Amino acid sequence: MTVAVHPSQTGEPVFYLADEHPHPEGYSTSLGFWIYLMSDCLIFAILFATYGVLGGNYAAGPAPKDLFDLSLVAVNTSMLLLSSITYGFAMLTMQQNKVAQTQVWLAITGLFGLAFIGIELFEFAHMIHEGATPQRSAFLSAFFTLVGTHGLHVTCGLIWLVTLMVQVGKFGLIEANRRRLMCLSMFWHFLDVVWIGVFTFVYLLGVLR
Amino acid sequence: MSPDLLKLIFGRLGLESLPLHEPIVVGTFVVVALGGAALLGGLTYFRLWGYLWREWFTTVDHKRIGIMYMILGIVMLLRGFADALMMRGQQMLAFNGSEGYLNAHHYDQVFTAHGVIMIFFVAMPLVTGLMNYVVPLQIGARDVSFPFLNNFSFWMTVGGAVLVMASLFIGEFARTGWLAYPPLSNIGYSPDVGVDYYIWALQVAGVGTTLSGINLICTIVKLRCPGMTMMKMPVFTWTSLCTNVLIVASFPVLTVVLALLSLDRYVGTNFFTNDFGGSPMMYVNLIWIWGHPEVYILVLPAFGIFSEVTSTFSGKRLFGYTSMVYATVVITILSYLVWLHHFFTMGSGASVNSFFGITTMIISIPTGAKMFNWLFTMYRGRIRYELPMMWTIAFMLTFVIGGMTGVLLAVPPADFVLHNSLFLIAHFHNVIIGGVVFGAFAGINYWFPKAFGFKLDPFWGKMSFWFWVTGFYLAFMPLYVLGLMGVTRRLRVFDDPSLQIWFVIAAIGAVFVFIGILAMLMQFAVSLLKREQLKDVTGDPWDARTLEWATSSPPPDYNFAFTPVVHDNDAWWDMKRRGYQRPLAGFKPIHMPSSTGTGIILAGFATAMGFALVWYMWWLAALSFIAMLAVGIGHTFNYHRDFDIPAEDVIRTEDARTKLLAGAK
Repeated sequence: MTVAVHPSQTGEPVFYLADEHPHPEGYSTSLGFWIYLMSDCLIFAILFATYGVLGGNYAAGPAPKDLFDLSLVAVNTSMLLLSSITYGFAMLTMQQNKVAQTQVWLAITGLFGLAFIGIELFEFAHMIHEGATPQRSAFLSAFFTLVGTHGLHVTCGLIWLVTLMVQVGKFGLIEANRRRLMCLSMFWHFLDVVWIGVFTFVYLLGVLR
Repeated sequence: MSPDLLKLIFGRLGLESLPLHEPIVVGTFVVVALGGAALLGGLTYFRLWGYLWREWFTTVDHKRIGIMYMILGIVMLLRGFADALMMRGQQMLAFNGSEGYLNAHHYDQVFTAHGVIMIFFVAMPLVTGLMNYVVPLQIGARDVSFPFLNNFSFWMTVGGAVLVMASLFIGEFARTGWLAYPPLSNIGYSPDVGVDYYIWALQVAGVGTTLSGINLICTIVKLRCPGMTMMKMPVFTWTSLCTNVLIVASFPVLTVVLALLSLDRYVGTNFFTNDFGGSPMMYVNLIWIWGHPEVYILVLPAFGIFSEVTSTFSGKRLFGYTSMVYATVVITILSYLVWLHHFFTMGSGASVNSFFGITTMIISIPTGAKMFNWLFTMYRGRIRYELPMMWTIAFMLTFVIGGMTGVLLAVPPADFVLHNSLFLIAHFHNVIIGGVVFGAFAGINYWFPKAFGFKLDPFWGKMSFWFWVTGFYLAFMPLYVLGLMGVTRRLRVFDDPSLQIWFVIAAIGAVFVFIGILAMLMQFAVSLLKREQLKDVTGDPWDARTLEWATSSPPPDYNFAFTPVVHDNDAWWDMKRRGYQRPLAGFKPIHMPSSTGTGIILAGFATAMGFALVWYMWWLAALSFIAMLAVGIGHTFNYHRDFDIPAEDVIRTEDARTKLLAGAK
């Protein structure tokens, strides 16, 4: 498509490329990964919609006002936002080809991610301890599933992050690894954006409701 | 062993789970087991395992994966059609106090399995197989964007099919109808393993479908050969693009809705329950937000096939290419705005029903535009009535009838009378068989010589055609009548003896279709035996128009020795017209992806995990999950996934073709 189609010098039409350059490795990867992210986005969209429909059905059980601790959620949100910033730093150092610094920033990102998961698990445990289990009402089913699916994604991101750190350590910042770091970067920021939705739609609006 | 230990190991699987009390199932099992043993024994005896593993199971070649999809689709067609014959037989017999020969427990599984298998494991593999085989060739590419993913997607689809087949002999399948509406499908009313088999079969296969959708979108967007702008793509490629967009934008919805249903069943959440604030209607809405686009996922590629076939066999450029493309895109978008017409009667109110009734009727406009485009392509063309064209004409007649009954159903007041009746059953078989199945058969007859280098036998093809088409009308026209008389779907026994004659006619139709299927298998066998007579060495047996016919039949691994350059919609026609000379020298090494066993191994673990979850064998589920993770991560440590086909090999292949072509002249 980017190759211009010139007629040959004799004016005869050209029907094939005599001198072909194969597509570089990973030529379609960013588009493919982007489309995957959009399909994942749809998963969250349906979970948000489900929460929107069922989120008010407390079944005489606890409501968001009784359950959500906004200051805890604020701390949690800042963990995730900070992890996005540090991932950005990792990408910047990657572009300067600094392996050690990239690894450090990736490690810090991972720690923030771990903190996020830890706080979320603490919050879940606390709620379940108070009897607000996923089985208690449709609201809680939808809540645990939406927030839990996000948490599960972050967990997958962490496993991926560790894998990439091993690979960068082993093979350095080669082209393939840069591409992979780029994909994880998109994934990580995408989860951040989804979390903004969760924070606003579930927690803030929930407490107002 | 203590019962506790047994329970820990086998979950709820026990000897009583085997349906030994069902003579029909036991008989089937014996036949399948004998056939399977014969097949496996044969493969071992002829030492074919190594060949199959190296050349087929681990291949990343889109052509071979496409062929494997087609084989899967045809094998599962036999299973799904056996279910159809059983239903027709039961409904024909169960009159005048007779209970028929299927008990309710078995009959309910049969109609559920029939629907699930025909949609997910027949229609989808046939459509995906054709797209996989043809699209890269049509756009002048060497393979798809993500060849490994392609192999993995295929094996995930197989994994889903394996789970459905396993349910026949180990435990049971769902008794809920093919969409498993709650509360019936929830744990309270379906405590057995049937719905769990349903869920995990669809989840495993669904991963494959979604990934193959992403793969084909990328392939079409990124790998078109030079000169092929979007509006120069063949129509089949266009419809494939739209279908894959629909797949990526709808299968995640199915994934979520099934995941929520499994949470309800496994964890006890309250998404679709009747109490604690759950809403079964949420499930019905969500599953149809996937389900309606799904029917367009199936039929759009068929439309593409008919477009290619009509223009090839009329010897003319397709009439109204641009309008065809826009009609396809409009259908793609509108398919998301009609889902509620599947449940007009379920309490949405007049205004909402009107909106969805009108959007539904609007879809018939772009579809009608396509119909006229095909008619005008044929108009004043030199039509050759070869098999693909015959299927296309049968489609045009049949699909129009199905479309019109669809518009009838789209009128909400009429739907209140016809909802869930046999009229609806007749309608959707009318469009799915008339559209998707006839399309797949047109495609198989059209592209078979490309894939194997010889044409399919026309005599047995015509036998198959006539039995299928008459059988279809005999089987489904009575259902329209019965539906108008008020007979609802999924009934097992009947009270009114005056209805029986219609069911007898329908059963005769089913037998006709059965003969049609046998004739098709015969067609494959006879063609294989007569392959020397039916041989085509030109690579272009139909005097066709698009790029896939520019290369040899079967195409070499690398598809094209040199990447083609395109100047016209009908690229190959343009090349022929302007005196294209096949290059005979200057070959270079060609960069290709290497085979890998990772796809089949991952899919094997995924299937094992699905099976374990069905039976509550938690240790096996955890183990297979960890294995999947380990193999998946391990695969990413392999950085050398491609190789170069040496120039000598290319020269050898191309010289052989030169000799063949010289011999043909």
